[in-house]
Amino acid sequence: MDKKQSDHDMNLRGTLVSVFFVGIVIVAMWVAVYLMYVAR
Amino acid sequence: MIAQPERKIALWHLGVAYTAFLIGTLMGVLQVFIRNDALQLPAWLDYYQILTAHGVLLALIYTTFFIFAFFITGMSKSLGSFGPKVRLFSWIGLWVTLLGTVMATVMIVAGEASVLYTFYAPLKANGFYYVGLALVIVGTWISSFALVGHYMVWRRNNKGQLSPLFAFMTITTIVLWIIACLGVVATVLFQYIPWAFGWTDTINVELSRSLFWYFGHPLVYFWLLPAYIAWYTIVPKLLGVKVFSDSLARLAFVLFILFSIPVGFHHQLTEPGISNFWKFLQVVLTFMVIVPSLMTAFSMFATFEISGRKKGGTGLFGWFKKLPWRDVRFTSIFIAMAFFIPGGAGGIINASFQLNEVVHNTLWIVGHFHITVGTPVAMTFMGLTFWLIPYLTGRRFTKRMQRLGFVQIITWSIGMLLMSTAQHVLGLMGAPRRTAYSGYNDHPSAMEWFDGIISNHVTMAIGGTILFLSAMILMYIVIMTMFVSPKAETPEQMVEFPLAESDMSNTPKWLENWWIWIGIAAALIIIAYAIPLTHMIQHAPPGSKGFITW
Amino acid sequence: MHFHKYEKIWLSFGIVSLIVFLSVVGVSAFSQNHTPSGGMDTIDPEKVNETAPFDNPGVTQLDEDTYQVAIVALAFGYNAPDLRVPVGKEIIFKVTSTDVVHSFTIDDTKVNMMVVPGRITTKSYTFEEPGKYLILCNEYCGTGHHMMSTEIEVY
Repeated sequence: MDKKQSDHDMNLRGTLVSVFFVGIVIVAMWVAVYLMYVAR
Repeated sequence: MIAQPERKIALWHLGVAYTAFLIGTLMGVLQVFIRNDALQLPAWLDYYQILTAHGVLLALIYTTFFIFAFFITGMSKSLGSFGPKVRLFSWIGLWVTLLGTVMATVMIVAGEASVLYTFYAPLKANGFYYVGLALVIVGTWISSFALVGHYMVWRRNNKGQLSPLFAFMTITTIVLWIIACLGVVATVLFQYIPWAFGWTDTINVELSRSLFWYFGHPLVYFWLLPAYIAWYTIVPKLLGVKVFSDSLARLAFVLFILFSIPVGFHHQLTEPGISNFWKFLQVVLTFMVIVPSLMTAFSMFATFEISGRKKGGTGLFGWFKKLPWRDVRFTSIFIAMAFFIPGGAGGIINASFQLNEVVHNTLWIVGHFHITVGTPVAMTFMGLTFWLIPYLTGRRFTKRMQRLGFVQIITWSIGMLLMSTAQHVLGLMGAPRRTAYSGYNDHPSAMEWFDGIISNHVTMAIGGTILFLSAMILMYIVIMTMFVSPKAETPEQMVEFPLAESDMSNTPKWLENWWIWIGIAAALIIIAYAIPLTHMIQHAPPGSKGFITW
Repeated sequence: MHFHKYEKIWLSFGIVSLIVFLSVVGVSAFSQNHTPSGGMDTIDPEKVNETAPFDNPGVTQLDEDTYQVAIVALAFGYNAPDLRVPVGKEIIFKVTSTDVVHSFTIDDTKVNMMVVPGRITTKSYTFEEPGKYLILCNEYCGTGHHMMSTEIEVY
């Protein structure tokens, strides 16, 4: 039970920022190719 | 250490895997030089023969044998020693797969099967090429059932308990593999083999392509999931922490069973015979299979951050510096993960319905699978090899080998970065994949492609050469740790199997109820495939005779 | 099963992004006719040269604003004489194969069609720039695959 409690309070701010970096790569690459598609 | 008989089985798998790796990478480096017009092959050897061998030996054979070596070792480690039947069938599986591999390879070398590893009809290879590939599948099934049998014995002896995470993930991968293979087995057994041996005159081409891709996409998850197993179960141990969340790890894996199969049409988006409705439906399902990878990304970063903070890292990114960068077993896998960020993002683009027209069958796709299977998967396997072989042979992984390991993974990263970036850019410009050297009669468009700073044949050739050197360093490490390195004598010298603890206390039992997942998977497959495949059979055009155009 | 708060944020962002991607391509495809090449028409691969429109390959004007281009792909070339089409008009490409699988791919356009024997692949495209466009095969079809190309002139 103690462990579960500590899970809740875990400081994962770095993780949140890191995954959003991944998210930005995904969105940026997708938008770039979408614009190429539209331009063709 | 696991029992001697299992060690022997696993080492044999690794031996075959790295033999295939050696030949396969050699075929790779030859290609970049042919494309560069720097190399003329002798008359008895053809570019497309080399390309076929490269694809079959690396994508199918290296991966498969390595995966089973890893599974056999891990299942013996986490569930206990194999019984005599499990051992026997693991050996039979190995020999059948190897027989199939040799048969297919002989056909490729003989020039009877320059049809690439996708073997699209009506290109007609020698019938024994298809028999060889069928035996490869049958062999993996035998090995798979051996492991499933071992798992069932454990379950019977541990009623009501969740299995260890490694075993759960292994069984998930095997379930996925067996369901996936049904498509390729169907087409090879009922379409290709009768046609190639002349028992039937013609083949339903579109049906064969669709059955192939029913298999072809989960095939890539069959490569990826073992890498994910390492990410989830090995990496936390290297970082000195537990698995981030046992239940979410299992949930991600069962989602792969559900959504990695009914998605094959996203490889066929620009072809006739499948209506837009069914193509788009499978595009939507393809997008569902992205979710478990998003979950995995979070779990990985969380594992890093928890470990780094435990070691005293502070601030937003202080934990990053505390990661064990000097441990080649970790750094290799970290780089593998980093490559998967653009790799996965590229995959989303490929599957985005009409956006596929921009990239379909261009060099972009070649770049894509080199930064998915070619690095995230392959470099994870390399990172595992560093300890797996010495663990199995009882030899030491010496300081010198560790340094060489770093040289190997860094050269692989640089080589791959150069080659795959060039391929991605060339593909976006329109350069086709799977071609020998060609300037298309010096057409200005074709000339323009290869004129860039990154987008030229030289970058690709330099990248390819560095990759080959890296592969040879790896071969050296493999041979040393397999046969030459000194035996470990003290406990500190012993190489361990770094398997992390996973807290199962909050994991719901239904996650391990396979019938739920197999049932939903079957339902999704029927929804996605039953109507379009029936249409392909009922409204089939006259079939195609075989052609040998090489 | 417990999701960390930040994981919920991340997965929501991810899933919303995926839904946006799907909506963008879906709406563009089905409401503005930007579906990828395809079609459900079949043909006898051994009777291609006797079957319309491939008995008369090349450019045909259908009406004021629409042209049809019929092309037969074969190892290792295209039977497509006099490929000249006007800029700004809808061009409907219809392609089939007499032997193995090929592609009909026009460089720098959305025309990237798989060509499957027994099937007719259709794609509608409107050129915006005049010029000579390279056409090539990007599906492996045999020894001469990398030589398989032609050209279309847009005027």
